[in-house]
Amino acid sequence: MNVMLQVNDLSKNFNDFQAVKNLSFTVNQGDVYGFLGQNGAGKSTTLRMLLKLIKPTSGEIIFSGTNIIGDDNAMLKQTGAIIERPDVYKYLSAYDNLYIFAKMSGIKTTRKLIMDQLEMVGLADRFDSKAKTYSQGMKQRLGIAIALVHSPKLIILDEPTNGLDPQGIADMRNLILRLSREMGKTVIVSSHLLSEIELVANRMIIIHKGEKIVEGDVATLLDPADTVVEINTTDNETAFLQLQQTQWKERTTKTTKNIRVRTNKNDVPQIINMLSGVGINLLAVQPRHSLEDYFLSLTNNDTHVEPFTN
Amino acid sequence: MKKISIIIFLFCSIKATAQQDINALLAKAKATIESVNDYKATGRMKTNVAFLKVPIANVSVFFKKPNKLKVKSEKGISFIPKGAVSINLTNLTGINKFTVIDAGTDKIAGKIVRVAKLLPTDDNSDVVLSTVYIDEATSLIKKAKTTTKDNGTYELEMTYGKYASFGLPDKIIFSFNAKDYKLPKGITFDFDDGTAPPATDKLKGRKGRAEITFSNYVINKGVEDVLFK
Amino acid sequence: MWSLLQIELYKISKRPRTYIAFIAIAGIVLIIQAAFKADPGYLNILLQNVGDTFEVDKGKVINGYFMCYMILNTLLIQVPILVALVAGDAISGEANMGTLRLLLTKPISRAKIIGVKFFASIIYTVALLVFMAILALFLSMAIFGTNDLLVFRAKDTESQILQIMQDDVMWRYLAAFAYAAVALTVIAALALFLSVFAENSIGPIVATVCIVIVCTIISNLNIPIIDKNVRPWLFTSYLVGWKGFFYIAIDADNVPIKGSMENWPAIRNSLLILLAHIGVLFGGAVWFFKRKDILT
Repeated sequence: MNVMLQVNDLSKNFNDFQAVKNLSFTVNQGDVYGFLGQNGAGKSTTLRMLLKLIKPTSGEIIFSGTNIIGDDNAMLKQTGAIIERPDVYKYLSAYDNLYIFAKMSGIKTTRKLIMDQLEMVGLADRFDSKAKTYSQGMKQRLGIAIALVHSPKLIILDEPTNGLDPQGIADMRNLILRLSREMGKTVIVSSHLLSEIELVANRMIIIHKGEKIVEGDVATLLDPADTVVEINTTDNETAFLQLQQTQWKERTTKTTKNIRVRTNKNDVPQIINMLSGVGINLLAVQPRHSLEDYFLSLTNNDTHVEPFTN
Repeated sequence: MKKISIIIFLFCSIKATAQQDINALLAKAKATIESVNDYKATGRMKTNVAFLKVPIANVSVFFKKPNKLKVKSEKGISFIPKGAVSINLTNLTGINKFTVIDAGTDKIAGKIVRVAKLLPTDDNSDVVLSTVYIDEATSLIKKAKTTTKDNGTYELEMTYGKYASFGLPDKIIFSFNAKDYKLPKGITFDFDDGTAPPATDKLKGRKGRAEITFSNYVINKGVEDVLFK
Repeated sequence: MWSLLQIELYKISKRPRTYIAFIAIAGIVLIIQAAFKADPGYLNILLQNVGDTFEVDKGKVINGYFMCYMILNTLLIQVPILVALVAGDAISGEANMGTLRLLLTKPISRAKIIGVKFFASIIYTVALLVFMAILALFLSMAIFGTNDLLVFRAKDTESQILQIMQDDVMWRYLAAFAYAAVALTVIAALALFLSVFAENSIGPIVATVCIVIVCTIISNLNIPIIDKNVRPWLFTSYLVGWKGFFYIAIDADNVPIKGSMENWPAIRNSLLILLAHIGVLFGGAVWFFKRKDILT
């Protein structure tokens, strides 16, 4: 596996606030690399450091064997990006926007190239309308066209599904998979939702408060053998007692809201059958990977507003 | 202000005899003046007033009897002193509305000249007093000084050359009171280059001067009235 | 570099605010021209009591050259605001729109990006001046004809009327417009500098205008201690230096010398001071921009 991007001990301080702390990770060629963290975890700061929008306080960013910190633009030449919102020049048409950024990427631009690219993202029929007349989804597609127009090897998408409707989110997911599988691009995608990362990424990192929590293959990290099942019934007390009689006895805990069982994901039907068999009415059964559970616990610990309970 | 005509044609060329009667001397001057019905002249006018930085202008002067006179700049903008046009010595000398006083003699450029003071008999006249300096030998008026009620004192000095027989000077120096010129504050945002005012300030507070040096006269060949408009 | 500049100029040309300045200039110039055509009475204010002593052909005084001088006198004080509209927007406008982060992820150095933006602001400034020259000078010449130029100058103790011969005027205008271009480039550099720090364009535009106004007021206070110690350090003291080209030198007889200037060293020094301001402000803009973290 060829290493495309190697980040070593990357840190960023904003005055007294340390946004990123000694972060290290590796992105291989062809990866869809998930960048997971709650809002404010340091995802955007890290991705912006990769894109030279933010100057690192310390650390190394090695792209194709060269440390790009300094004034080397080698990485930017081979990178396309959408950072948060796909902002474009609203007073210019899609064609003009794409033309301008293509030119700035240093490629030879022809009308055909621009129109083909617009065709690909489904904006060819509106190529001459000003971007301010576009819907959020259209702007997003224009942003993608801009990110891809110079055929970059690496594509960085920072929270690309923010503000999109469910269809837009699905489209974005498909696009990422196409970029990776059909076009052989390396993609770094950030999100605050594990479910999103899980669906597209083959490798991932979780960061929290600027620090790496875990990094690895999604398949390994999200191994189904390590699942937490949350069970809610009409009578949690009885259900808990029933579970105490079974093989899951040691791995069952009870909270004020529900019962939690740590087990293999494949065991879930068996648990449901057992509880139903003793006449317990199930309200909800939610299997969740322990990593997600852990990730959620991080989020919950930082919640400042008490959850509403009745 | 009454506009009548310039003094230029006040000058006479009467063969003078020693200590002739001052009235007779003026009469001779008048006779010479009246020999000129009209003229056109070209010349160069240099205006010398402290606040006015203007180039030497090429001017044309037109005169027609009895009192039409016009100074025009050939091209460009010119500042023509109003007094030079409106001071009327013809009337002073030509009509018997003035009392003439023999004021003896004076010296101009080393030459002795006769001095006549003319007092208007009309109380409403703008002129308070006019003093005329006449070269007795040539009967040419060398200098005239006029004090007015409204416009201060004007002075004319004449130098004669080849048109002396018509009483027309080659050069006139006209001195007058130039009022101070001060622009209201805030009307211009000026560039102050931080230097002291230029040396020409020596002119400040002095009278304004206009010099006309004539190069050519065309006398009694007719001048169209339209030129005086 | 050239294609980047083209892109920048194209973007400027597509923004409606770009044309505010041109419309404003055309409006002011046409109003002044129409007013003078209808009623040349303003000349009496300038002539003061000179009209009592001298006969002046006012029709000749109000000519194309004079009109241009009048218009520049009125307008060049306002143009910094118009320059700030575009230069102050250069970086902050992109930050506000969110395009700055996209722009800076392109493989172009930040120094180049801000350099191109500054150069584009200069071109815009020059375009404004050319437009002004066409309207204020050439259109005035067509409407009012040409003749000698009278310059009415207020000095400390006395005012002056300077007469410049008609064939001695045009080069002075060329020089004056060139000087104005340098002076306005200082404003562009200032607005650009402030633009680096802002995330919307209103801030730097307003700040630039405020700085210009405050400095202009201080420059014109006429308080000796300020004139001596503060004034020379304010760039606004030099903005009206273009007039120096119209302060013709005079000879010992108080007659203007054709083709001369009263104080070329002062104009040259002003130019050098302005250029130094441009250097410092633009250098500062590059320095800070290169180090700026893009958080928008």
